[in-house]
Amino acid sequence: MFPRRSPRRPTRILAVSSGGGHWVQMLRLRPAFAGAEVHFASVAPSSAAMVAPAPFHLFPDANKEQPLRLILTALRLAVIVARVRPDVVISTGAAGGYLAIRIARLTGARTMFIDSIANARELSVSARLSKGVADRVLSQWPGVARTHGTEFCGAVI
Amino acid sequence: MIFATVGTQLPFDRLLSALDGWASANPDVPVIAQTGQTRTPFSHLQCQAHLDQDGFAAMMAQAKVIVAHAGMGTILSAAEAGKPLILMPRRAAFGEHRNDHQLATAAEMAVLSNVTVIEDAADLAPALQDALAGGETVQPRLPAIASAPLLDALKAFIWNEDSRPIRSSRAIGSGVRA
Repeated sequence: MFPRRSPRRPTRILAVSSGGGHWVQMLRLRPAFAGAEVHFASVAPSSAAMVAPAPFHLFPDANKEQPLRLILTALRLAVIVARVRPDVVISTGAAGGYLAIRIARLTGARTMFIDSIANARELSVSARLSKGVADRVLSQWPGVARTHGTEFCGAVI
Repeated sequence: MIFATVGTQLPFDRLLSALDGWASANPDVPVIAQTGQTRTPFSHLQCQAHLDQDGFAAMMAQAKVIVAHAGMGTILSAAEAGKPLILMPRRAAFGEHRNDHQLATAAEMAVLSNVTVIEDAADLAPALQDALAGGETVQPRLPAIASAPLLDALKAFIWNEDSRPIRSSRAIGSGVRA
């Protein structure tokens, strides 16, 4: 289960995001993944074609007002993490991204949560929860990063 | 053609009703709307509750003007397509979202050259007339990649095996990687 890297195997990335803006922001990060084996996980079946031929894993979307669905989301993400066995997990939010990081951390993967550029004044709940769990939590706004004690390393635009 | 999108989750009837009113007064301009979860009929809009990625991309490509809530997916897609975008932020006070973060998003994204932000329904018609009168003006397209500093930070994190910070002692299995 632990992703001990063999020299023959390329670095494996699991890129996890919800739909809508979270997904569009993930797509803009793809140049940084060059040279790695990238698996995408998101919530809309039609998103798969946008990243083909990269492997695509579907999980049910949920937010904090849907506790039962969140359990399904966590279970599905646990299966995805167990199958992919990523070395690195990158998430652009939201709840599913936090859950994937939490699960992948147990397997020793290195994890980064990048909060949506939509959160220009406050850190999202998912990013706040990720703070104690992910190796790195980034806000895309310097003011938010200062207030909430996260990093600022630029934005998706 | 005008393409309106309010995401696929919560209803945003304040914007769609305003657009429906505009469409009834301007029957020669087709208006296609991704309405999300709403029970309200809009008789002057061609409504679809949910478009898949291909359908959404096709509408973005065909539209002359986009009208939308202040969702980042739409904002980035419209900027990448170089299309004029009229944004009306959702307000928590009207039950349109869980919080008011779209106000901040819209205020910040107003710096993009293709974006016009409106506060309420009364501002929609003038904003639409302005955008449609823009004629052949093609907006510059936003490159579909993140800024260099963010990509560099991401690359450094992905490729530097030592980038696990001090906290790592708490993680189960961290010793395995040593």
